[in-house]
Amino acid sequence: MPQQRAPIYEALDAFRRMRIVPFDVPGHKRGRGNPELTALLGEQCVGMDVNSMKPLDNLCHPVSVIREAEQLAADAFGAAHAFLMVGGTTSAVQSMILSVAGRGDKIILPRNVHRSVMGAMVLCGAVPVYVNPECDDRLGIPLGMDLGAVQAAIRKNPDAKAVLVNNPTYYGICSDLRGIIQLAHQHGMYCLADEAHGTHFYFGEGLPHAAMHAGADMAAVSMHKSGGSLTQSSLLLTGSAMPEGHVRQIINLTQTTSASYLLLSSLDISRRNLALRGKEAFAKVVEMAEYARAEINAIGGYYAYAHELVNGSSIYDFDITKLSVNTLAVGLAGIEVYDLLRDEYDIQIEFGDLGNILAYLSIGDRPREIERLVSALAEIRRRFGGSGRALMKQEYLEPQVAVSPQAAFYAQKESLPLQQSAGRICSEFVMCYPPGIPILAPGERITKDILDYIVYAKEKGCSMTGSEDPEITRLNVLKGEG
Amino acid sequence: MDFWFSEQQTPDVKLSIRVDKQLYSSQSDFQRIDIFESPEFGRFLTLDGYMMLTEKDEFIYHEMITHVPLAVHPYVRDVLVIGAGDGGVIRELARYPEIQHIDMVEIDRQVVEVCKTYLPKTACCLDDPRLTITYEDGLKFIRRCHNCYDLIIVDSTDPFGPGEGLFTREFYGNCYKALRDDGIMINQHESPFYAQDATACQRAHARIVASFPVSRVYQAHIPTYPSGHWLFGFASKKYHPLKDLDAARWDARGLNCQYYTTTLHRGAFYLPAYVEELLKNVETEY
Repeated sequence: MPQQRAPIYEALDAFRRMRIVPFDVPGHKRGRGNPELTALLGEQCVGMDVNSMKPLDNLCHPVSVIREAEQLAADAFGAAHAFLMVGGTTSAVQSMILSVAGRGDKIILPRNVHRSVMGAMVLCGAVPVYVNPECDDRLGIPLGMDLGAVQAAIRKNPDAKAVLVNNPTYYGICSDLRGIIQLAHQHGMYCLADEAHGTHFYFGEGLPHAAMHAGADMAAVSMHKSGGSLTQSSLLLTGSAMPEGHVRQIINLTQTTSASYLLLSSLDISRRNLALRGKEAFAKVVEMAEYARAEINAIGGYYAYAHELVNGSSIYDFDITKLSVNTLAVGLAGIEVYDLLRDEYDIQIEFGDLGNILAYLSIGDRPREIERLVSALAEIRRRFGGSGRALMKQEYLEPQVAVSPQAAFYAQKESLPLQQSAGRICSEFVMCYPPGIPILAPGERITKDILDYIVYAKEKGCSMTGSEDPEITRLNVLKGEG
Repeated sequence: MDFWFSEQQTPDVKLSIRVDKQLYSSQSDFQRIDIFESPEFGRFLTLDGYMMLTEKDEFIYHEMITHVPLAVHPYVRDVLVIGAGDGGVIRELARYPEIQHIDMVEIDRQVVEVCKTYLPKTACCLDDPRLTITYEDGLKFIRRCHNCYDLIIVDSTDPFGPGEGLFTREFYGNCYKALRDDGIMINQHESPFYAQDATACQRAHARIVASFPVSRVYQAHIPTYPSGHWLFGFASKKYHPLKDLDAARWDARGLNCQYYTTTLHRGAFYLPAYVEELLKNVETEY
């Protein structure tokens, strides 16, 4: 298919030249009704913020330019179909779950799934079966799923509907995707991939396998992360086993009926850019990341890791565009380095956890900014570094699923002081952010270890979210339990 | 023929210079480089359309960025110059026989080549045997330097474009680390006059104050730079620019300068009230 085309962008351009008189929404009418907004965003931008109409198609039931854009995207990504999404990759992930599971259905997934997966299970009543992502003790990060562990989970839960894989994790760790897909299909299960951090796998060379290329049934792809489109725009890719009409129905349950054409056109243009120039663009990103890793490792103390971690199971492959750096030997927590970079050096990185930072590199980076990051890290070590201190490393706390997330979410609850909640069943999420992985999810039993971890992570300055009490001094638990 | 070079000094102010002819124009890997010949200012160099130097007034900038620290520091042996592709700073440094080694780090090789060809008045000393030129980002070069220079001169472009990294906290911190215990860092410090330049000036000052125990600012009058009123930063680990000025020693050298004198040296550190105010306002920022 002609990847030079960008049907939505072209339709918007033609539409602008028609000078159509708007007696429809949005009410700002090409910005005239909101001059301050127009001054902020620019006339061209607000002029393109228009409603669905015949020449521009409709995302809920695409028949013309949006349909063509979806076909072009499917072709570019090697999928049977591609759905343009405007509710973030959260909505793409949730549509994957809702498409394959209903109340009581089991889904096999790694604990370090994004919160959006848990949200989908609250909505549909599916039950999680967690595979323990092994933890690297030295780095203190959750890894991928070992093929054997997935096999064991499948054997124990032959009735599960699907297996979900992070491809890659936030830190760039990949599981044996092909192996897991094969295994799932052998047992009549779907294989879904959360590719929020893997758009570039489809276009770059020397990168881990992309889910659709490996035969997955569905993949949620964050175009707005490594793909370069506007924040909140995303893609849901499906394989030939997924009926398009069913998936569309699921998406339309929760997706807006007023999809933003700014987001849609950004997906269209980004897909074109990736298809035409992605290979060279990501080669440059890889080159910058490799350079930065070498320079950061030359500072001393910091450990910027990559392929050497690969162990054939829980770290099957590594995404070398991810600049993940362990900071423990510098004597600083990752979150402390994260804060110092922003407060002292005007550098905002993606996240810091207890032992690591992640600097997100993309097609928008230039060597000069890489030099700044490396120099700032060198300065942080000189000014604030100490001897490698013992930080609490263990991050993985085995969840004990007592009831389904949905049952817990809608059950009668009571609020207890944090320290009195041990042994009870939690009815809410406790997320540690960044990186946004649940410590507790609705339906899970609260343990002493979990409470200790919450207190410690709070002291270290991690932002804890999800619970009703923003300070997390109390937790909601199920009434009459424990 | 009406042929003028105009630099937009702010969105609302232009400086225009009548041009006889354009001698050179090219896009390097980093920036657009142009050389013009003009009746009033002689030849001049612009990068991305911004005035870098003219033959007529470059002496002011180069003398002030070089002789001020050399009249203070008692014994400068090793010097690092960042930027300075036009060679003007090197020309002034070459006048001091006690200097043993000069490292010059310029990001853009093409600027040096062009200046050697078209601006021989400033590029005259780029073959001095004491000089080593490295073509690299200054921020990268200095990361590897520890305790090895007596003087660092930061002859940067403006803080938007390739020179931005030379106005950062990480750069000034690295300069501190690269200097010996009595080292001095001099930087071109932008202008206090127009709002955008003043902001850059304040940001640089806040970051230098946070990085060095002694940090003072001095001024010069440079007609072709925005507003004509230009600042330099004097940051050091030990020496004070006025208390440690050894005027007699410098005067005894008998260097013939057109702008710098040890009397002017003292005066240059007495700043207008509004400049003192805008610098003071950011001194506790970090």
